[in-house]
Order: sequence, then structure tokens, then C-alpha cells
Amino acid sequence: MNSIENVSRRRFIGGVFSTGAFVLAARVLPESVWAQTATPAFRTNADGAALNPSVYLGIQPDGTVFIVTHRSEMGTGIRTTLPMVAADELDADWGRVRIEQGIGDARYGDQNTDGSRSIRDFYEAFRRAGASARTMLVSAAAAQWGVPASECTTRNHEVVHQASGRRLAYGALVPAAAKLAVPKPEDLRFKPKTDWRLVGQETSTYDQQDIVTGKAQFGLDVFREGMVHASIEHPPVLGGTPRSVNDKDALAVKGVQQTVTLDTFKPPHLFQPLGGVAVIADNTWAALQGRRRLKVDWNDGPHANFESEAFKKQLLQTVSQPAKVARNLGNVDAEFAKGGKVLEATYYTPMAAHASMEPPAAVADFRDGKVTVWAPTQNPQAVQDACAAVLGIDKQNVICHVTLLGGGFGRKSKPDYAAEAAVLSRRLGKPVKVVWTREDDIRFDYYHTTAAVYHKASVDGRGRPTAWLHRSAFPPIASTFVPGAREPLSFELDLGLVDLPFDVPNIRAENGPADAHVRIGWFRAVSNNFHAFAAHTFADEMAKAAGRDSLEYLLDLIGPGKVLDLKSQGVDYSNYGAPYDKYPIDTRRLRRVLEVAGERSGWGKRKPGNGWGLGIAAHRSFNTYVASVVEVEVDARGAVRVPRIDQIVDAGIIVNPNRVRAQMEGAAVMAVGLARTGEITAAGGRIQQTNFNNFPVARMNDAPVQVNVHFVESDALPTGVGEPGLPPVLAALGNAIQAATGRRVRELPLSRQKLS
Amino acid sequence: MVNFTVNGTARRFDGDEDMPLLWYLRDDLRLTGTRFGCGAGLCGACTVHLDGLAVRSCQTPIRTLQNKRVVTIEGLSPDGTHPVQRAWVTHDVAQCGYCQTGQIMQAASLLTRTPNPTDQDIDRAMAGNICRCGTYQRIRAAIKTAARGRA
Repeated sequence: MNSIENVSRRRFIGGVFSTGAFVLAARVLPESVWAQTATPAFRTNADGAALNPSVYLGIQPDGTVFIVTHRSEMGTGIRTTLPMVAADELDADWGRVRIEQGIGDARYGDQNTDGSRSIRDFYEAFRRAGASARTMLVSAAAAQWGVPASECTTRNHEVVHQASGRRLAYGALVPAAAKLAVPKPEDLRFKPKTDWRLVGQETSTYDQQDIVTGKAQFGLDVFREGMVHASIEHPPVLGGTPRSVNDKDALAVKGVQQTVTLDTFKPPHLFQPLGGVAVIADNTWAALQGRRRLKVDWNDGPHANFESEAFKKQLLQTVSQPAKVARNLGNVDAEFAKGGKVLEATYYTPMAAHASMEPPAAVADFRDGKVTVWAPTQNPQAVQDACAAVLGIDKQNVICHVTLLGGGFGRKSKPDYAAEAAVLSRRLGKPVKVVWTREDDIRFDYYHTTAAVYHKASVDGRGRPTAWLHRSAFPPIASTFVPGAREPLSFELDLGLVDLPFDVPNIRAENGPADAHVRIGWFRAVSNNFHAFAAHTFADEMAKAAGRDSLEYLLDLIGPGKVLDLKSQGVDYSNYGAPYDKYPIDTRRLRRVLEVAGERSGWGKRKPGNGWGLGIAAHRSFNTYVASVVEVEVDARGAVRVPRIDQIVDAGIIVNPNRVRAQMEGAAVMAVGLARTGEITAAGGRIQQTNFNNFPVARMNDAPVQVNVHFVESDALPTGVGEPGLPPVLAALGNAIQAATGRRVRELPLSRQKLS
Repeated sequence: MVNFTVNGTARRFDGDEDMPLLWYLRDDLRLTGTRFGCGAGLCGACTVHLDGLAVRSCQTPIRTLQNKRVVTIEGLSPDGTHPVQRAWVTHDVAQCGYCQTGQIMQAASLLTRTPNPTDQDIDRAMAGNICRCGTYQRIRAAIKTAARGRA
């Protein structure tokens, strides 16, 4: 028994480490980012450049600067923004920078592009890369001129000696600079903010021209010599196995070569292939046609009883009972026992699918005991791990090239589809492209989990809470790593539950267990979405119950603001993997985004009602503070139009305002779509949605018409922007609907609610 | 046997004529700028021009192409400077970029028929093209810029 536990514990640890985002102990940076030592598995142009002071950067004698992005580009603009940091510190001419994508390689440090932390975790590393090169170029110029380096400055790809007016181009200095030692990190001087020329500037996406001409390469666009195409019929219920396979008609399709039965994973499913039957063909169309004619009889296994309607009732029941305490401040029970006025409410959100526009796809070429993979992946190191595990080979023998990603939102952190391609390539002895259809993507996702959240508060004469109890229950992400896990990993509660930011003397947060019957994953903003939806709706309910203005009430609820001390309240808060002293929960910043929201959104200027209203909410997630003000118009039939959303953001230093704005715009659109129609259901263990007809996402004609983004000026360390724009919009939208119609939204999606 | 042109080049096809144009473009011609998004005409990522009008290539069997002209994103302009493409760059529309070639083909078709579209025209023409990143307001702005550039 013990040994089984030990094995599963080890696998659990391994699995969690490969999720990266949420692990405090994981090493973000490698031992040696600054000077190359080991022989890389794949040489970048930066590696091959004459001056190569960092794994991230190289300069050629012609002045070309190569900057490696090791984080994946799924639409956040990180492939542009991280290089801006290095280029600015180098004082490079942006037009002479060439960006290249790093393969999966531990020498780059962490590559799991999720958790909105690429800039947070690598801002300094990229500054160092640029500063190292600049320092070496300056030293080379100073030596050539025979002047102290301290008399030299840099400007736009040149070293300048102010006193004599001499200048030398970077390229010309490369041969001499390359002979110098790479400076120690502690000896580097960064440019003062007043000398920043790229950071803070609106900068166009590096790949924009390739995108608009169709040249940009996504995972689905990879072709290899001799490659075959595979489409896989997965078990319709998680963990199912084929009882019998009849591929006669499939094989009769012109272009279909064969079928291959894949092993179903052994629990935990982690990022292993689901199993099923692959149809192998000359081209994609033949593979899809063959699959349509494939007849498989399935053993469904234990999850065939999963019914989402019944499951919802069970979740609501769970949050009506006392549960495990995750945070305790003061004494909620004693306050409730005093018998004052009490408010309570229960909230519910369904499962949702990521539905990135590019479905999962990967190409693998296995030969001589090694596999090369091309994949649109958020985490090439997880591709290495997953392929190594399923093939039983060493991680070093997995090369993962990262293409552009046609969206990710968390789905493409899980490389099951790349592992499928690897298995098939070894089996067939040739390169294989695995293509998931949209139906596969929606039916076999790592779903955004369903959740129920209960809130209860006793309030004083002004409607301010004297005690606040809240309790969530949801099938946890933990179940992807530990078979049968019914309780979340603690980080899942750190996203919007235990970090309730309001200034209330008695707070208790609890979490109840729930079984997972499908693969649960992380979706943009993760459990913040349902925790924030519930908490900030409940705050609005309390404001309205007290007859107070929602914004004024929220500012009162936050109070003057302070750094929260969660440790003293029994919380081992993971803080998105960031050190708490540098990135604390500072409710003064939360207060500030709300104040700016009041100034910039037109709050309080027009009386709500008669189908028009504004809603507001503010939430800190991924170390970033966002306030959202949503304007709605609700017609007599209950149809909701969203003319405008204002997003007020404090993400510290803004490196590329253009892309931060884009993320906040996109998050607002995604939030409105999710709130309107985002619902995945199951019957008989089978997911009932299949495509964009029955899992609708926001379209131009129902998206918010205008999203305005406002930045709070800040010199704080830069933090994430990919996810934090989503959670506050959900609650603000519901609050706006309440203001417009008097109807309170406690459940999503809106399409199921009566709003007229 | 089906004869048609793709970006001005004559093509003769004698395979499975039920195959949607999408897969012929992608797998046979390697014109990968036309994207697979849903395979059901629901998302618009595969939009191309057929005799000058936007169609979903995933819903266009090759048998329907006899003597037709197909233009893909690769053939929209010789050097990527179609007014719609330029407007897209000006507004930095793309986030992940995957759907944008379909969006551009749809927008170019709209502007051919309706050179100065209203918001309502734009909504109607573009509602079939999904962008999961949520770039709709920039798409709208870029279409207006492209329209003004033409006027």
C-alpha cells in the first residue's frame, strides 16, 4: 500500500511540476542564462552569433541582433514584448532586431507560457541579456578609443563618446566585444527610466505582416517529407477503451492507409494520450472521411454516469454544508450568532471549453530512438516530458519546435496531442501530423471546471459586513494529476477565494469536495473566474441591499487599503508563484483602479433602469489589479447588448501598451461570450457540445462594441496581463444587468436566465 | 476532372471531387494561409474568394469549382499591401492571428460590394467570422480605415 502511495505521490509531484505555473519551488531561471556552457540540442542564430552573451541574445558583425523568445506566442504579443525589454536595454535599433523562437530546452529556464507571468518572471532576465551585450560593446569601444568606459554612452545601435563626438556602430564593435568576458549580473547597470526608448512605447506585433499575408506558421501548417495525416476517434467517455473496432469501411476510403488502436492512459491521465483509434491517411480529408466510416464499440468505464444536471444539484448541496476551512480571520460564527441582519446567496457557473481557433495539432518524426515534434504548444518542456514518458525515452531525445499558436488560453499547456503524434510516428516509422477537429477539441478538452459558490454576510447599520463566510466547490485541477482527487490543490483556492481583499473583521473561506468526471484543466484566469464572479456579485448585492452606490460601497469595503497579511490567517498563499514581499496583495492598488474607474467610465452620470445600466467590479489576479465597468442595454425580450466596457489596469510598468490594451480588450470580449453562452454539459459521461453552433463564443455582432483601456501610472514591477482582464468583467456584467433590469444574475450562462 | 484557377494559376483536379477546397489548398497546394477552424462553415477561418466573393472553403467541394476563379490570402495582393491588409497592420489587429486571414478575405469581399460600410453592414458581413482572441473592435476600425483609404 505504501509503495503504491509513494509511486502515485511521485507521479503527482512530476505532474504538478510540469504545470509549472503554480509551483513555488520550481526554478524559473536556469543556472546559467548569461554565459553558454552546454552544447545546445538546437543552435539558434543567437547561439551562432559572433557576440553571444546570453542564451537569449546574439549580435553579428553586420549589426543584426538576434533575440530568442523562449515563451510561446498565442496572441499575447510576448514574442514582441520580451525582446523589446532586451533591445531597449541594449539600445538597439528595433528595425535590426530579428526574433527567433526557442525550442523546448531547460537552458532557457521555465517555458510554460501560462499564469500570465512571462513578463513578470523574465523582465529582469531580458534586461540583463541586453545590458550584458551593451556593457561589452561599450568596453570594446572604450578600449579602442583609449577612454574610460564611463565616458561612453549608447544610442540607437552605436556607442558614443560624448566628449570627442566619436561614435562606433555596434556591428563594427562585435569582434572586439566578443573577446571580452560576459559581465557578472551583479556588475550590470540598467538604463534609468528616462533613457528607455522602447519600453512603454506602442510597439507593433513582430509577426503582424506575416499574419496578414498568410505566411505565419501555426502548428497545422507544418509539413514534413513523407508525412501522413492522422485523425483520432477518442473514447467518448474519459478512460473508455474500444471493445471492438470495425475499420473495413474506413479502409475502403481512397487515401486511407491503415488504422492504429492507441492505448488508453493509465490514471492519472496527466497529459497522456486519451487513447482511441487513429485513422492514417495520405491527406487530412481522407483521414476525416475514414474516421466517419470507422465503427467502434466502446467500454465506457466508470465515468459513464456523469450527468451535468444532477452534478449541479450535488455541487449546490455541497456548498450548503460546512466544509474544509481555507482561511480564517476573527470569528465568523460568533458574529453570525449575534443575530443581526444577514445576506446570503449561492452562485453557479458551468463548465466551459477553451475553443482556441486552431484546434490541437502536432507533427512528430520519430527516428533512431529520438523524436522531433513541431507543435503549437504553450509549454515545449511539457511536450518533452509527455513524449519521453509515453515513448519511454529520455527527455533529451525529444526536440520540440514551437510554432505560432492559433490561440491557447491554457489548453495548449497540455501536450496530449503532441504525445499522440509521437506515439503514432514511432508506430508507423514516418512523420505523422495529428489533426484534431473542432468536435474533438470541444468534446475532449481539459475543461474549465464547473463551480458552485456560497456567500453569507452579516451587515451593520450601513450595510457593511461584520462577518463574511464564503465557500466554493468544484471538480479540481488536482484530478488531472492525482487519480480520484476530490479536493483542489491549494493554488486553486489562492485564485480568488482565500485572497478576498475586503476590509472585514471576520472572514472565513471554505472549500468542499467534488469529483471530476472529465479532464479538468486551467482556462484563462482559472478559478478566479467563478470565485470573482460570486464575490463581486455578492459585494454588489450588499451595496444594493444597503441602498448605496456600488462604487462608493466598494471603496468603503476596501477601506484605506493595506498589504494583506494572509499568513496570520492560516493561509499559505502561493501568490501566483511570485514572492509576496515583492508582489503583495496591496488593496491600495485595488482601490486606485476603482477610483480611476469612477473618473473615466462615466460612473454615476446617468440614472440606471429601464433596460440601461452600469456594473462595476475590481479584482486582483496574477499580481495585477483590474477594475471593469460594463454598460448594458437589455431589451424587453431580455436580449443583452454591451455598448461599452472600461478596463482600468494596474500591471506595474507597462512594457508594450499596445499589446496590454489588446489583452484587456480581448479578455472583455471573451468574458462577455463566456457569460452569455459558455456552457459545456454532459450526459452519460459524454460531452454534448460539438462545435460553434452549440458552444457559441462571442461574435462581432454580440461582442462588446467598445472596450476602453486605462492604465494606472506605476513604477511597480511589471506583472501579468493575459488573464486578469477577464474575472472582473463577469461580475460587472451581471451587476450591470441588475442595475438595468432589477434582475440579479447568480448563474451563468445568461442564455439560460430569464432577464425580462 | 475539374478545371479552375487558384491565384491566377490554372489547376486541374482529378481526385475525390467531394473534397472541400480547404484541404486541396492546404494539403495539396500548401497554401496554408487558409485556416481550418470548424469544418462546418461556422467560423470563417477558411474564407477565400470565389469569383470575387467570400466563401467558406471548408463548405466548397471541388466539384463546384469548374471554370471558377479562386483567390486565397496568398493571392489577395502581390506584396501584402491590399488596403485591408495595410489597415490590419495599422491597427495591429491580430493577437494570435490564426483567424485573421479569413477575416481579411471577408472584409475585402465586403468592401468590394459595399465600399463605405456602416457599422450595421460590418456586423452583418463579419458576424460569421469568429475571433476567439476578441479583436472585433480593431477589425471594425481597420475596415473603416481601409474604406476611407479607398474613398
